[in-house]
Amino acid sequence: MADHADIDRQVKIYILVFVSLMALTMVTVAVSRLHLPIGGAVAVALVVATVKGGLVAGYFMHLVSERKLVYWVLGFTVAFFFAVLLLPLWAHFEPIAY
Amino acid sequence: MEIPYTVAERPDTGLNNGKIGIWLFLASEVMLFGALFASYLMMRLGAAEWPRGDSILNVPLATLNTVILISSSVTMVMAWASLKRHDFGKYRLFMGGTVLLGFGFLIIKYIEYSAKFHHGLFPSTSTFLAIYFTLTGLHGLHVVGGMAVNAYFWGPGAKLWKSDPEHFTNRVENSGLFWHFVDLVWIFLFPVLYLL
Repeated sequence: MADHADIDRQVKIYILVFVSLMALTMVTVAVSRLHLPIGGAVAVALVVATVKGGLVAGYFMHLVSERKLVYWVLGFTVAFFFAVLLLPLWAHFEPIAY
Repeated sequence: MEIPYTVAERPDTGLNNGKIGIWLFLASEVMLFGALFASYLMMRLGAAEWPRGDSILNVPLATLNTVILISSSVTMVMAWASLKRHDFGKYRLFMGGTVLLGFGFLIIKYIEYSAKFHHGLFPSTSTFLAIYFTLTGLHGLHVVGGMAVNAYFWGPGAKLWKSDPEHFTNRVENSGLFWHFVDLVWIFLFPVLYLL
């Protein structure tokens, strides 16, 4: 079980993560105002959102120090999540002729 | 009969039952939202024209909602950390703050929805608005669900702290995992719907 000093250290990390998330939110909005071409805009928005999501999952959801079984469950989930996202892309770039 | 492994870790999983339960539930939630994100992608790629979100939606209000939800994630994790420090007073403060921030999010969402309806913009108006209302509506329901659980642990459910503090701390951690997931989904919804 985490002792008090350990929790104090974690709380400092939570504050740092909070400040980073706020800063990255401002970056997302600022970049959207540049009206980049759609490819660049999607890439920047998704990279920033992925970093933000990683911070939330890693620190607030304690995934940086979780048990192996949780990583396995999430590993399978992420694989299926991307498979589902790939289906419409596949259908779009290789449409069935009819 | 007592529920087994609420505090102690099961030897085979290395986790208490609540923790593995909530992670399996979140895995199913990822697939639920994944299917809707895939639908969004399919409709957007297949559309002859697709509006930029900021030409229809209110970006300043959505940015404010992003700030609110991220802040609520911090208060949630601070509520759990307060229990770890055996400071129940602070826990109440942070958990209460989390519930109030959730309310704030819903009020802003209500303002956004009202403005859209007032201007005659409904889910049936366009494909963009259909997926916008579906995704944000489902996300809003998750906010309501998370708030209900958090409010229970702030109020009547907190009685467990007196009889079994470790079990109660684990319950708060698990409700926190769900709340952070709701924040995580919004982190992706915000740019996808409002900014691209």
